[in-house]
Amino acid sequence: MSVSFLISQAKSVQKVIDENSAEIEVLDQKIGDGDHIFNIQRGLKLVVELEDSIKDLPLAKALNMIAMKVLSGIGGSSGALFGTFFMTMAKSSDLDKDVDFNKACEMIISGIKAMKERGKADVGEKTMMDVLIPVSEKLNELKNESEFKSGLNEVIKIAEERMLSTKDMLATKGRASFLGERAKGHIDPGARSSQLIIDTICKSVINN
Amino acid sequence: MKKFINNNDDFLKESLSGFGKAHSDIINVNLDPSFVSRKNKTKNGKVSLISGGGSGHEPMHGGFVGHGMLDAACPGFVFSAPTPDQMQAAAEHVDSGAGVLFIVKNYSGDIMNFQMGAEMYSGKNDSIVTNDDVAVEDSTFTTGRRGVAATVLVEKIVGSLAENGGSLEECKKLGEKVNKNAGTMGVAFTSCTVPAAGKPTFDIGDDEMEFGVGIHGEPGRKREKIQASKTIVGNILEAILDNLKPEKNEKNLLFVNGMGGTPLTELYLVYEDACQILQSKGVQVTKSLVGNYCTSLEMQGASITLLKCDDEILKHWDSPVHTAAMRWGM
Repeated sequence: MSVSFLISQAKSVQKVIDENSAEIEVLDQKIGDGDHIFNIQRGLKLVVELEDSIKDLPLAKALNMIAMKVLSGIGGSSGALFGTFFMTMAKSSDLDKDVDFNKACEMIISGIKAMKERGKADVGEKTMMDVLIPVSEKLNELKNESEFKSGLNEVIKIAEERMLSTKDMLATKGRASFLGERAKGHIDPGARSSQLIIDTICKSVINN
Repeated sequence: MKKFINNNDDFLKESLSGFGKAHSDIINVNLDPSFVSRKNKTKNGKVSLISGGGSGHEPMHGGFVGHGMLDAACPGFVFSAPTPDQMQAAAEHVDSGAGVLFIVKNYSGDIMNFQMGAEMYSGKNDSIVTNDDVAVEDSTFTTGRRGVAATVLVEKIVGSLAENGGSLEECKKLGEKVNKNAGTMGVAFTSCTVPAAGKPTFDIGDDEMEFGVGIHGEPGRKREKIQASKTIVGNILEAILDNLKPEKNEKNLLFVNGMGGTPLTELYLVYEDACQILQSKGVQVTKSLVGNYCTSLEMQGASITLLKCDDEILKHWDSPVHTAAMRWGM
């Protein structure tokens, strides 16, 4: 993981989220209040615009700037959760050394753990954590493998299955929790946007 | 979408700037990070009250900054929780050394961002969470009930205690009492349109209403055919009374809140219906508030809040207040 990797991933994710924005907006209007997609899009735009100010910085500093930008520029649950994710990654030790696959996995795993604590949501509550926690568990299995690219295909699959699994869940956390039974039958918009992010980054790592 | 708007990116900033100019006698607006604060510095020894939340609920919360109510308010984007740096900056700006009490409506995004703001602020602080919406079932395993219109009452009543020298602990305790003594339920006739979305948040038929709606146009208990006001008000009050169970000799404050698109004529009609129904059930109404205080953009609809009042609550309700949206006694 490097600063240029982060920048190029942010750009790819931005493209994919923009392509799927109408779908996410509709999902959020069914069970939320419709702000999720705008928050995610605003956040990605802010991160992509950071390129010139972070491209020559050490990784820890760049991650920290991304964290502060996300935290102060997005708002809503997404801002707090993704801000926490980047802030935790920025605090990882030994970021001045080469960050290989194993290290990158550890950073992502600790970031997702911090999100889980911040949001107090676990698997099965119809939130983005339904995708991120299983992905984090899979990365934990994969992190020491040298042939990790095939494993990343499994990560993609897990993210998709778990995203789809939110459809029939009752929500117990987040805005959709206020709906009771009426939240059933709709995929959680946060789970969908998280799955798209995972999908995009994994595919890009596999193809490089 | 038909709105007064120049471009979406500047929507909030332009509105906040106008708010600052229109009420420059009592408040200041700080941009980047955005917060509204009192024009006069918080006096030494007075606990500071800070609230905030997504925009689109005006006059909540900026309209409640001023003598006898809030010291600062942090507006987020429309219907999105504000960010931790806003809360941190507002706290640093207003804290006189007596500590800061954050008043937070119970939504995941607000809770998380206020928690982070509180962690980033080095001064003494505490927070209370409002969750008065009886349309949603309460549970310790879930996010629980939404914080809606009773937040206005909490801010007024705790604001008075803080103005009169209450400590951080006392302010928190009174805020929690007011929240526990209050119940709210709302109904919507139309959707609202978030400027960034450009189209209504939900579809609703000309003859339908959303019963138990939230303040972001999120669905409520059920979709029904619209009925006579007396029937709607009766159903809302039934849900609230089931929850609050006021005693016969207890005094109550009745708050009819407009969602933004319903004229005052109708809100007073709702108040009349509510008074009659409550009287027939032996529920005493001794204080009133009617108007658009906790809105949902241009949504047509209203919520009713009942607050059980003891002498302490009554005293702090009646005390002087001077904010952009609420003023009496001074």
